[in-house]
Amino acid sequence: MGYTIAEKILLAHTDLKSVKPGEFIEARVDLALGNDITAPIAIEEFKKAGFTRVFDKNKVVLVPDHFAPAKDLRSANQCKMLANFAKEQGIKNYFEIGCMGVEHALLPEVGLTLPGDLIIGADSHTCTYGALGCYSTGIGSTDLARAYVDGKIWLKVPGSIKFVYKGKLSKWVGGKDLILFTIGKIGVDGALYKAMEFTGPVIRSLSMDDRFSMSNMAIEAGARAGIIEPDEITKKFVSQFKRKGKLYKSDSDAVYEKTYEWDVSKLEPQVACPHLPSNVKGVSELKDIKLDQVVIGSCTNGRISDLRIAAKILKGKKIKPGLKLIVIPATQKIYLECVKEGLAEIFVRAGGVFETPSCGPCLGGHMGILADGEVALATTNRNFIGRMGSPKSFVYLSNPAVAAASAITGKITHPDKI
Amino acid sequence: MIIKGKVHKFGDDINTDDIISAKYLVSTDAKELGSHCMESISPDFAKNVQPGDIIVGGENFGCGSSREHAPLAIKGCGVRAVLAKSFAAIFFRNAINIGLPFLESQDTDAINEGDILEIDLSSGIIKNLTQNITYKTAPFPKFLQDIVEDGGLMNYIKEKEKKHV
Repeated sequence: MGYTIAEKILLAHTDLKSVKPGEFIEARVDLALGNDITAPIAIEEFKKAGFTRVFDKNKVVLVPDHFAPAKDLRSANQCKMLANFAKEQGIKNYFEIGCMGVEHALLPEVGLTLPGDLIIGADSHTCTYGALGCYSTGIGSTDLARAYVDGKIWLKVPGSIKFVYKGKLSKWVGGKDLILFTIGKIGVDGALYKAMEFTGPVIRSLSMDDRFSMSNMAIEAGARAGIIEPDEITKKFVSQFKRKGKLYKSDSDAVYEKTYEWDVSKLEPQVACPHLPSNVKGVSELKDIKLDQVVIGSCTNGRISDLRIAAKILKGKKIKPGLKLIVIPATQKIYLECVKEGLAEIFVRAGGVFETPSCGPCLGGHMGILADGEVALATTNRNFIGRMGSPKSFVYLSNPAVAAASAITGKITHPDKI
Repeated sequence: MIIKGKVHKFGDDINTDDIISAKYLVSTDAKELGSHCMESISPDFAKNVQPGDIIVGGENFGCGSSREHAPLAIKGCGVRAVLAKSFAAIFFRNAINIGLPFLESQDTDAINEGDILEIDLSSGIIKNLTQNITYKTAPFPKFLQDIVEDGGLMNYIKEKEKKHV
């Protein structure tokens, strides 16, 4: 019996002869990521248990991105813990502000995540890198502390669910819409403990940026991973890095717990309504949803192609008076590209703010918190109660084109209407 | 281990932002986190909860972020155990790793706010003393029980390291 790509990668990181879904394994990790919220607990636990050296300083990554640039004194102290630990352990992959970016946009950009890798991150959206054909999964701080000790993680081998997308995508529809549509169909626990595998002709023609958006939100369906088999697009993306990774494909007789197949030719841009990412509607079904704020950015949709789409719509236009538009490029590299290509100027001239890379308002940290009763449309990944600030606020999720169009009209709008 | 306490009832898809809002993630202290537990969805919860109480949820408890602050907050406010129909995967592993006792049970709909439960973790038997009913669940696989018995993942690793020396 064959293996899925998820099972193959996991097996390759153990000394076992075989693996099967449901089995508990101890696996070797290629990379262990922590941020300014999760790494402090990991560092404390690591030290409290009496350990002094990390297993491999080149496989540990520290990114202060959630509350950085430090939003207050306590955040500053947490960020400082990362800087100190990096210095003490000789960890090169510590990204201070200035070279920092939102972790899940940054790591692929600098070639730290490659096909075939087993990556753990103390951040739920670590599943983003599955877009490159690796097994990457979100874990907790104590898991990270343990990985610091011996480079290993305990995992339950997940069963796999296959998602086949057929047809041809309409204009303004991309990876974000496919994943919102999928979560809308299967629910926030529709892939609980499972590996999602995205495939079919529509996936094969998606850009890397769109693939990252899809894999990023696998966790919103409860999945451990969201994997796309590597192809020519993947190979082209990794060709810029010294390390190439290892390309795995699912066997033709691999076993899937379920297969979903959809023709998405008629799919319109999708919007997740408050207060769950599964509460999904087509954009044209939403009439007169007035907005106070639009956020374009995050590990889901803060990449250069996202910002190009938004700028294309906003070019020469003004946002609705009284509305707050917040644009956050996910990394310094993307920030610089926005400056060079004139995108930053388009956002500012339209009446928006152009912020430094950070998770910022996505998780209600800083740089755009919602007040009581405010309504936001965001290109981020979660719209739980209070996620972006007040427990009495409302968050809708969409792709960057819908977000930009809606910033102009002040209500949720199909980009075709601009 | 036997845990006896009063039930606080929650619904499906209780997410980690519900359990502990991101604005409190500037602390790693369980007690401080606990004082804000469930604040967005149940503002008086942290004030009313008594040491030894039990949280009962529905499907997909702890979905959302990887923040270990969520099980820490639950532990920190005095809750001794969580019972739910299913748990989100990262919350599941975090609870195991920090030694917050929890069990999966399909009978949570029948349990009411304020009921007194007696949970036997090793056998998976739950007694509802208020309703005089017993529910049975599957105990954890041995691998996970070993971690819990060692008092969490870091102790488990220390024990393993000792055996290698």
